[in-house]
Formats: sequence, C-alpha cells, structure tokens
Amino acid sequence: MTAKAATITSGKGGVGKTTATANLGVALASTGFRVVCIDGDIGLRNLDVVMGLENRIVYDLVDVIEGRCKLRQALIKDKRLSDLYLIPAAQTRDKTAVSPQDMIRLVKDLRTDFDWILIDSPAGIERGFRNAVAPADLILIVTNPEVSAVRDADRIIGLVEAEEKAAPKLIVNRVKPEMVKRGDMLSTADILDVLAIDLIGVVPEDEIVTVATNQGSPAVLDPRSRAGKAFRDIARRMNGEDVPFESLESKDGFFGRISRMVRPGGA
Amino acid sequence: MSFFERWRGNRRSAETAKDRLQLVLVHDRADLPPGKLAALKDDLIATLSRHIEIDTRNVNISLTQDRHQQRLVADIPLAPARARRRETG
Repeated sequence: MTAKAATITSGKGGVGKTTATANLGVALASTGFRVVCIDGDIGLRNLDVVMGLENRIVYDLVDVIEGRCKLRQALIKDKRLSDLYLIPAAQTRDKTAVSPQDMIRLVKDLRTDFDWILIDSPAGIERGFRNAVAPADLILIVTNPEVSAVRDADRIIGLVEAEEKAAPKLIVNRVKPEMVKRGDMLSTADILDVLAIDLIGVVPEDEIVTVATNQGSPAVLDPRSRAGKAFRDIARRMNGEDVPFESLESKDGFFGRISRMVRPGGA
Repeated sequence: MSFFERWRGNRRSAETAKDRLQLVLVHDRADLPPGKLAALKDDLIATLSRHIEIDTRNVNISLTQDRHQQRLVADIPLAPARARRRETG
C-alpha cells in the first residue's frame, strides 16, 4: 500500500489530539501496519511522554529538517510494537523553525518505509497548524462535546476547506453518556447537526486513559478500555473498513445508536 | 420538553448549548459579529428611509443558515399607509 498521511488537529487545546494520535498509532501498528507518529507541537513536546518514549530521544524533528541528523536517526522505535516509530518535536525551538514545505518533504521521504504517517498538530490556527496540515491526505478533527471545542472545530473545518484538502472527519472525544442522556451534554447528533462534517469515531470518557497516560502506555493496549476500543474502531475506519458505530447505550441504558445519527450521504 | 418547563427555566443545558452554538457559528462563518449586523441594520434603515417610509421599530435583520447557504434575511415593514399618505399629500 502507499503510505497515507493523517493529521490529527482541533483548534482548541486540551481536547485529546495527542492522546488520539498515540492511540491510533498503537492501534494501527498492532494490526500489521508500519506507522510513524510525528509530534508537530514544536516547543511543547508531549507525544513522547504519552507514548512512553521520553527517555529514548536523541534527535528531533528540527534536527532532521536542519540536517543535523539523518531521518532514520530521529526515528524512535516503540518499546512494545516493532512497527511503530516516533519523530519527537524539538522542545527548545518554536514553530517557525519548520515550514509547510519542510513537512511535505519530510513526509514524502517517510512514505516509502511506512503505511501510515500520523501527525499530531498543535492547538491553534497559526504556523504549527499549517505545518501539520500541509502534507495530510486525511485530516481528523478532534472535538469535545463542549461549546468552545465545537466552535473551534468549525473554524478548522473552514480552514481545511480553504486549503482544498479532502473533507476532514470528526472524532468526538470524552463523551459522558450519562450526561448526554440527562440532557446536560451535547450529543454526537447535536454536534453533527451544527458542523458540516462526517463522523469517524466517538470516544467515551474513560479513566483508563488517564492511568494509561500516567504510565506512558496508550489505552488501546488495555483490552478493558472503552476508549481504547473506540480508537481501534477509528483505526479500522481509517483503512476503509465499514465498522458500525458502537452504541454507547449498553446495559446501563445509554444513548442510542450513533450510526442512525449520521446524516445519510454525509455533507 | 413542554413549553411550560421551558418557561420555568427548566431547559436542559445541552439544548441551550446547541442553540448558542448555532447562533455563534452563523456569525463566525459570515464574519459578521452581532454588533456589525446592528450597524448594517441602521445603515439599511437610513438608506431605505430616503425612498420609502418604513416602520423602523419593527425592522428585523438576521443571519440564517441552511446546510450550505448563509442568508441575510431582512423583514422590513412599511409605515402604515395612512401615515405615508399624510406625508406625501
């Protein structure tokens, strides 16, 4: 297969971009794909700690771009999965150290050795965002069921459209089914109503994600994690599989099947 | 939710969130914040009043959104015919 580059972005900070990138990387690599995750948040490096690889860093993204090391020297191999790699962000530089053209060139060089290139975008809509989006074949927008996060997602959708990229897909992260049921949290259907975008996944709030992040071992690796299951489903959908949207209703009577909420034909 | 519950302020916060989002997104997408829309309304009233007498207090200008199309909707009632006749006559 030809490598595909997917950028995980959001506009608003703190909605779970880095967690999503790490989990999707692990989910894809554990199902036989060769994956590299790139931390695009130069100056605020974090993907390394979420993946548990912080102690292995020698070179970073800016070292590669500025020619201080070979590309393969900056590829950090995952502890658990032999097909998963990380290119960390530089911690002591800022976003202007890299240009969109640099990112396009870097991703091009990676395409021959990998199936999936995942790029963790920084928050915001400035240079770092444009760097992360420039090489993307697929853009995944992460949001939370909150007014501020959804508003920022709408702005990102507009910017992605202006770049004439393929239509982005939406991940609704940190959904609390009990609150949705009570009418105190925006449902996925509400969010799809106001945003013109197709859904690719709904991730429930899950304490295992916090524990997993503490330990530097993404939740996807824990078979008990509901969020992990949701990320595995998203990874399968990224590969074109038609995975039904799991109803979050289960035994405790959660809200209805999300598949029904998705607009027929998309937008 | 019944009208009565709504009236009592028992409205679910998710509904409020959705309504507020829809309104803010319409303005965001058009790059026309509510203050600017108010200025536009004043200008529009001034321009129209040079040609025809309108019922300025009941002019309603709003932004609406279908799936892909944004629309500026203006509802401009004319002043009562009696008043207009008096002025021109």
